[in-house]
Amino acid sequence: MRGAYGFREPRAVNAFFKTYRRESILLGLLVLLAVFVALRQPSFVSPKNLEFIWHDSALLIAMALAQMLVIMSRGIDLSVAANLALTGMLVGMLGQEFPGLPIWVLLPLGLLIGLLLGVVNALLITALEIPPIVATLGTMSIFRGVIYVVSGGEWINSNEMSPAMQAFSSPNTRLLGLSMLEWVSIAAVVLFFLLVHHSRFGREIRALGVNPVAAQYMGIPEKRRLFSLYALSGAVAGAVGVMWVGRYALANTEVALGFELQVIAACVLGGVSIAGGTGTVFGAVVGAFFLVTLYNALPVIGISPFWQMGLVGVAILLAAVFNQGAGRVAGKQILRKEGAAGD
Amino acid sequence: MPYLQLQNLSKSFGPTKAVQGVGFGLEPGEVLALIGENGAGKSTVVKMLTGIYAPDEGTISLSGEEVRFTNPQEAWRKGITAIHQETVMFDELSVAENLFVGRHPLRTRWFGGGLVDWKKLNAEAERVLAQVDAKIDPQTPLKELSVAQKHLVQIARALSQEAGVVIMDEPTAALSKAEIEDLYRVVRRLKAEGKAVLLITHKFDEVFALADRYVVLRDGQKVGEGLIAETDSDRLIRLMAGREVGDIFPKTPAELGETVLEVEGFSHPSEFEGVSFSVRRGEILGFYGLVGAGRSEVMQAVFGLSPLARGGVRLEGRPVAIRSPADAVRYGLVYVPEDRQHSGAILPMSILHNITLPTLGRIVGGWLLRREREEKVAMEYAGRLSLRAAHLDQSVSELSGGNQQKVVISKWLASEPKVIILDEPTKGIDVGAKAAVHGFMNELVQKGLGVVLVSSELPEVMHMADRIVVMREGRTVGEFDAKTARAEEIVAKAAGVVA
Repeated sequence: MRGAYGFREPRAVNAFFKTYRRESILLGLLVLLAVFVALRQPSFVSPKNLEFIWHDSALLIAMALAQMLVIMSRGIDLSVAANLALTGMLVGMLGQEFPGLPIWVLLPLGLLIGLLLGVVNALLITALEIPPIVATLGTMSIFRGVIYVVSGGEWINSNEMSPAMQAFSSPNTRLLGLSMLEWVSIAAVVLFFLLVHHSRFGREIRALGVNPVAAQYMGIPEKRRLFSLYALSGAVAGAVGVMWVGRYALANTEVALGFELQVIAACVLGGVSIAGGTGTVFGAVVGAFFLVTLYNALPVIGISPFWQMGLVGVAILLAAVFNQGAGRVAGKQILRKEGAAGD
Repeated sequence: MPYLQLQNLSKSFGPTKAVQGVGFGLEPGEVLALIGENGAGKSTVVKMLTGIYAPDEGTISLSGEEVRFTNPQEAWRKGITAIHQETVMFDELSVAENLFVGRHPLRTRWFGGGLVDWKKLNAEAERVLAQVDAKIDPQTPLKELSVAQKHLVQIARALSQEAGVVIMDEPTAALSKAEIEDLYRVVRRLKAEGKAVLLITHKFDEVFALADRYVVLRDGQKVGEGLIAETDSDRLIRLMAGREVGDIFPKTPAELGETVLEVEGFSHPSEFEGVSFSVRRGEILGFYGLVGAGRSEVMQAVFGLSPLARGGVRLEGRPVAIRSPADAVRYGLVYVPEDRQHSGAILPMSILHNITLPTLGRIVGGWLLRREREEKVAMEYAGRLSLRAAHLDQSVSELSGGNQQKVVISKWLASEPKVIILDEPTKGIDVGAKAAVHGFMNELVQKGLGVVLVSSELPEVMHMADRIVVMREGRTVGEFDAKTARAEEIVAKAAGVVA
């Protein structure tokens, strides 16, 4: 029995597993998937291939992390892939014109362009109060259309693509043994971990997602926070756009078409609820890895490409069912629980 | 034996006895007024009658036969129907569809008789609406109706269900004078048709206009009943208000300082007009009034939640422009809303996160949050209110109502406000937690804060406040010194009768 007042402990015991139950289970499934594939094709789990998967996941991870924060606020950003493609095209054209521009100019420039495109979303959502799904659906089409307008429908191919951008995103450019994109994914994870779980901004965004009314009563400036959020989402998409076109040495109107759905899928797989308020960096990262691993594993074990998309869809639905179930089991705490004393 | 008979009904929530041993009968063709202050137990009685709560003790009988309801549908099938403002209706559907929801008349031909017979539906609806003199086109979407018209639709729905007992819970709370007259006519008609009507209200004009008999509740017990013809408002007021006050209101006087908050001429197009008041340091200003008098609306407007409201606010003599709660909090004015569950706390989040949320800016050391600092703040303020919980990471939804309220209030303490507005801070929490909240209000004023206490519980206002402002129908109608005011006077002002 507890004393008449106060707490036994300031902190919960076993908080880690309680917080990351879903994510841990998904990680377990990811390992199972890898083991299953390795039984049929051992080279799949060779360090080289695993590192390839990492390199391949890096940009999705960065995008999923930003989207996770948006979904956590009860919003969604459907324009990220279009933003990525437009920014990639603009920076790509600049790199084409001035092949000597170094990456430390092009990458921040992409970030800035992406940020400005994000600000367009932010204005639509906060100033005009258009629901995020509608606002970003609109800008998604607009950004894609603008690519056509600025490029005149022309492509930028590998001969014309800025060498600095191609080199940055190449798996062969190494720094301390890792590719640049791998470093980028590490930086993104660290940055978002601090932002989501240890910053005022992340805490307030989560509060807005769980209960916007109460959050407003607590004096959280909802519009200002959402403004920054969509600007941030755009900035990440823009920076990724520069790396994306560098990596595939291609910029056209079709770049990353439909990629926003993969980004959202990674979040959903990682246990981020579309209803808002939930989401962890761990979950989004594992979700992105899971998706990329699945895409890479299916051909290896001889599953036809026609089945791939279907299987990815099944995985998403299973994750959703599982997350629903997790929420339902918790239920309301009506029964008296030890420690949760009724007065 | 009366048609509806309640015997010795009791209901407790934890240690709180909401209703104790209440019994009365109701005959067909009779209007019985159930009166009492907020918190006297009226709604608990209604909820037992309509199957929302099961009584702990006592029985309910219909025509001499004991009935037990395990859910609202059963009560409804037995012919007990309640009309209140929160009744679920479907705004996007037509009036006719609302009347016959779940029992649409169906066509017999085509698709195995599964299609709605719209013609019959609208014709039936017209007939039912005519019974309550409602001149409403059955095909109008419900959302286009006024509150009064929605009431009529509810009543029509009740009638179409062959209800024997009609319970009207504060039916005129949001109605205009003309609309009230219409409603009176409908109630008299129900009575003439032999329905038993239970009228829950604290408005005396309604009681005297409509009721045949009255039952007065106070603190969950029946304290009086009789014929309306043999009583007057003075007597009812005495029954409602008169009571001994225990030591749950340990008011400790604080030293009054200079004026900290001045609100001048606050008006809103539809909710309130010309509301002015001021609070001094160390003072508790009580805001009393009946439910729906506009007290919360005024406070929310002051807090920056009501874009349509106009008026001036001065904090420590300086005029301030409060356009959002974020502004208010920055100036040191905080508001603890009545609706704890939806707007007071973020229930799924932990105690720690709730307490520190409004003050993250101050707790953040640089860019990142520091767990130790947050814990220190949370422990200090939670401890001051003797919050009971297993640990700070427990989610607020797991706590009892009283402890939830402690979390709600302690988060504001951490923000070190100048003025705190408490809207019904002890509503729905038990005596122990109430005492803690009251003790804590004393502590606030000792520290030189100004406190505005909005409460519908008269003893609470009278014993905790230094001054009492009474509101009625969106206007301030009186101001009293708590030491010299008489309860009867205040109730009379709030109810709009001459005492």
